Amino acid sequence: MSEVWTTDFLTAVLAAAIPAGTAILFACLGELLAERAGVLNLGVEGMMLMGALGGFAFCYWTDSAWIGAIGALAAGAAMATIHAVLTVSLRANQVVSGLALTLFGTGLSSYLGRNLVGKPAPDRFSDLAIPVLHEIPGLGRILFDQDALVYISFVLVPLLWLWVYRTRQGLELRAVGERPEAADAMGLSVTGLRYAYVIVGGALAGLGGAAISLGTNPGWTEGMTAGRGWIAVALVIFAGWNPARAALGAYLFGGVEAAQFRLQSIGIGVSPFFLNMLPYLFTILVLVLATGEAARRRIGAPAALGRPYLREERG
Amino acid sequence: MTEASAVVRWRERMPLRVERTLEPSLTVRILVPIVSIILALLTGAILILVSGENPIAVYRAMARGAFGDRYGVAETLVKAIPLLLTGLGVAIAFRMQLWNIGAEGQLYLGAIFATGTALFLFPDWPAVPLITAMILAGLIGGAVWGLIPGVLRAWTGANETIVSLMLNYVAILFSEYLVHGPWKNPQGFGFPGTEQFPEAAWLPRYGTYRVHLGLVFGLVAAVVLWVILRRTRWGYELAVTGENPRAARYAGMRTRRNIILVMALSGALAGLAGMSEVAGVGHQLQRNLSPGYGYTAIIVAWLGRLHPAGIVLVSFLLAALLVGGDQLQMGMGLPAAVAPMLQGTILFFLLGGEVLTRWRLARR
Repeated sequence: MSEVWTTDFLTAVLAAAIPAGTAILFACLGELLAERAGVLNLGVEGMMLMGALGGFAFCYWTDSAWIGAIGALAAGAAMATIHAVLTVSLRANQVVSGLALTLFGTGLSSYLGRNLVGKPAPDRFSDLAIPVLHEIPGLGRILFDQDALVYISFVLVPLLWLWVYRTRQGLELRAVGERPEAADAMGLSVTGLRYAYVIVGGALAGLGGAAISLGTNPGWTEGMTAGRGWIAVALVIFAGWNPARAALGAYLFGGVEAAQFRLQSIGIGVSPFFLNMLPYLFTILVLVLATGEAARRRIGAPAALGRPYLREERG
Repeated sequence: MTEASAVVRWRERMPLRVERTLEPSLTVRILVPIVSIILALLTGAILILVSGENPIAVYRAMARGAFGDRYGVAETLVKAIPLLLTGLGVAIAFRMQLWNIGAEGQLYLGAIFATGTALFLFPDWPAVPLITAMILAGLIGGAVWGLIPGVLRAWTGANETIVSLMLNYVAILFSEYLVHGPWKNPQGFGFPGTEQFPEAAWLPRYGTYRVHLGLVFGLVAAVVLWVILRRTRWGYELAVTGENPRAARYAGMRTRRNIILVMALSGALAGLAGMSEVAGVGHQLQRNLSPGYGYTAIIVAWLGRLHPAGIVLVSFLLAALLVGGDQLQMGMGLPAAVAPMLQGTILFFLLGGEVLTRWRLARR
């Protein structure tokens, strides 16, 4: 068992952890934005599935992974729009609407994708080694020999961090999620901002789906996201609604997933069924620890999370 | 800024405004689910049409599959049993604002416990004590799986939605491990699944149809739940805790204890569904025991307005949708996924329509 943990093995696991975590990361960042605006969207799994399908379908028709990625963004955004209409405009229960979105996305993606199952991918996001940097021993293979979506996520995380914490727009976003009454009094459109962030969040979840169907597992199969959307929802809590911590959490999960596959291929004496349980058990553990920490350090969810805003009822 | 103030001015000129209604009228409460189903079927028709199939042919095939003959009706009843039991379980948790979406895993645990009882604990017992033991095992298995998110929620505040969902994956993987590994039938020709149960463990069926005693479990559970919710102090506590947790605490209600109890009860009902599936339908534990009953249960509960009588009605309706979907797969080669797609759509319209039950237009 001990000879498993060589440097080579660890580098391989870490190099695989990053792309595996990227799908979760996009979805997690998207959910983070929506929740920052005060809207809980439990439909991430459904939006990711529609994104995975949309991404693969557009790539299949146009032979371009980039057009596929745009299709994935659009599919995720379209799904999120349903949630925005129901919860922001019609003030429906956010939990139930999100669950409906997941059920709907699961069903619709397997129905619409029925003729694409098992079709070969004409194009995909393949690894692009960055000149010079990828030759750094260890680190080079882990960070600089990845696909384009991974590099996009590397840029997106600091950008979103700056957006949330260092810009006027970020302040407005947080205001809408914490005190919509105050944001409204400041002249901000609570409805408009919530719509915008829910839809952008959905687009990112869709892109997360494409990171699977055009990246790590090119192709389309029913339910191929296998619960990663839910892991992303749990990670938002772990991240304390902070994009940088979201990246940390997502790569941790990518690591668990990558280690699970490597251990399986080495053939250690544990049933693969138990190895496959790891990410889900790990999510529960992380959630329990993060909830406790958040309570201790008083970093909580945005105060208005899950609460519809109605001007007539502001207190 | 200017755009926002334009909206404000437009709103102020509107002669109508929305206001909260305290008591939605009965007509609205009954009409909204019916209209949601109709609108969902229309939307589904558009999606089917866009994807290049004939919606009328699809719906006709589904309806014929579910209600066309006695066999179809019997199959609808068979599928209504797990939906009814899991729907009741989900509803009692939802009533307390506990978003248990782990009915699927709780169902699997109930099935696993019941299977262990029938095959390994008491394989030689006669029917009545054996089936009683299996019922208890199913209830306990589901309750254990519901207790985990309940206890974590009550004591650490961990979100029960995510924990219960993660446990679904764990439960399904565990049952896969059993049917591929230690519990695999050696004479199974390589198919993953346990041996068949002894005949004493089979739930009695109605005539030559597959409808089994589980239907009675479901109906009894609905009545018991109705009594608990309407006639007992505990049922009242649950309602208060769900509506206003702070008021409940000030009134001295033990919220933590109630969270744990409700999650256990919710899981137990789903576990009973798992028991009745293995004992009434398959007579063995096998792969893909449930086509997602635990998820459909969420729609059953919400569409049934979290009321036992509504849930009975809706579980039959959605079971018909599932049987229709299966028929579609067999008869037209279309994926059965049309059923969950329509379920999600129904729920969307219902949620949208609920605006009408909570708000109404009034003159300024």
